[in-house]
Amino acid sequence: MNKKTTKLEAKELNAYYGDFHALKSINIAMEEKNVTAFIGPSGCGKSTFLRTFNRMNDYIDGFRTEGDILLDGRDIYAKDVRVDELRKEVGMVFQKPNPFPKSIFENVVYGLKIQGIKNKSVLEEAAEKSLRRSALWEEVKDKLNQSALALSGGQQQRLCIARALAISPSVLLMDEPASALDPLSTAKIEELIYELKSEYTIVIVTHNMQQAGRVSDHTAFFYMGELVEFSKTKTMFTSPQDNRTQNYITGRFG
Amino acid sequence: MPHIDVELEKLKTKLLEMWDLVEYQLQSGHDAMLQADQELAKQIIKRDRKVNQFDVKIDRMCENFFALFTPVAVDLRMVLAVLKINANLERIGDTAEGIARFVKKLDAPVSEPLLEMTKVVPMYEEAIAMFADCRVAFKTNDPVLAKTLIKRDRALDKIYRKSDTIVTKFMADNPEKISEALAVLSIIKKVERVGDQVTNIAEEIIFYREAKVVKHKQDKKKKKD
Repeated sequence: MNKKTTKLEAKELNAYYGDFHALKSINIAMEEKNVTAFIGPSGCGKSTFLRTFNRMNDYIDGFRTEGDILLDGRDIYAKDVRVDELRKEVGMVFQKPNPFPKSIFENVVYGLKIQGIKNKSVLEEAAEKSLRRSALWEEVKDKLNQSALALSGGQQQRLCIARALAISPSVLLMDEPASALDPLSTAKIEELIYELKSEYTIVIVTHNMQQAGRVSDHTAFFYMGELVEFSKTKTMFTSPQDNRTQNYITGRFG
Repeated sequence: MPHIDVELEKLKTKLLEMWDLVEYQLQSGHDAMLQADQELAKQIIKRDRKVNQFDVKIDRMCENFFALFTPVAVDLRMVLAVLKINANLERIGDTAEGIARFVKKLDAPVSEPLLEMTKVVPMYEEAIAMFADCRVAFKTNDPVLAKTLIKRDRALDKIYRKSDTIVTKFMADNPEKISEALAVLSIIKKVERVGDQVTNIAEEIIFYREAKVVKHKQDKKKKKD
């Protein structure tokens, strides 16, 4: 078997919002083309941690980090790293679908146009490819020029995934991508994650433990800013090592 | 195929592999008995370890499946059935090993008249056939076929019930062949157990496909009488 290479890594990462110590000495290494789920109660730091991977926290007043975040072994907080370049590499999908008030087509190619790509056939090709990958193509191929806001919530979320994929990232960050969706749309998103992991490294924050079980290869449990346990999802859901993990996943917390 | 179906399919495939191995064990026990083949008997005993490895592996796969997929409805019944079928296959494996241990006590092939009188050979062959048909019922999700197996087990029970009288008489007539006769009687008892275990598996297949509990039905009838 091929040895998996590390795609994303945190070394002794500490993060602060002003005086609040949000992440405490986090060490973790996530494999390439793997799905890692972050679980933990609200306020445990999992979203903060997720957002450090594409520097979404940079503009929050008083936010600062210590330690390293490495993407392919490169420190993404290094001075010479351009955030827009980083975000081409690391795409993100949020909890609530957030399409732009534009057509379906314009939404998907938005990132490419910003990069200066104007060739229509290139854009069309990229749009179809991304929409196919996000399992939305069949549903929207005849109405690409209609407003994205007319799509259902589940379709909007898959559109946001297509938009993230269009700029060919290698990492996809997902912050509770299915929590605002009905069970059928959730199942579609989960199937999509399962398929996408052959090409992308995916990190997903979820409050739904069953979802973590179904979609992820590895799971990280956070509590009060600490990474309590990080292991294969199988191991975590059958024999967690830490009592706090056990209490959380069995719903006996506090 | 949805992820959950991929995993269910893996579980099913693993169980069918185990089924093949156990069938091979049973068939080898049959051949070893007829030839009093000591070498084959030894191999069967040794190979039981592989059956046990399947048992552990499938248990673990089921545990993981419950933990990761929290199955409901037909998926839940499927995994519950696989767990129980696994336990029964493991026991049938043990039964084959037990038969091999009795074969090791045979100095020469069992005498023809004893085989004839006890009907151990057709009984054993029917048990193997039932075991194979049960595999088909599981593989093709066929509860109707599974139900026929429960009925076929009665024929094995009948042969078993008559066997002690027959063997007792044979021993009285052939006192020099007592140990051979005892070995045959023990094998008959083992084969009867295989029939029961196949019945148990068939009941699990019916439970999985039709959500009906059919086990212990006969016990209830008996109590009424």
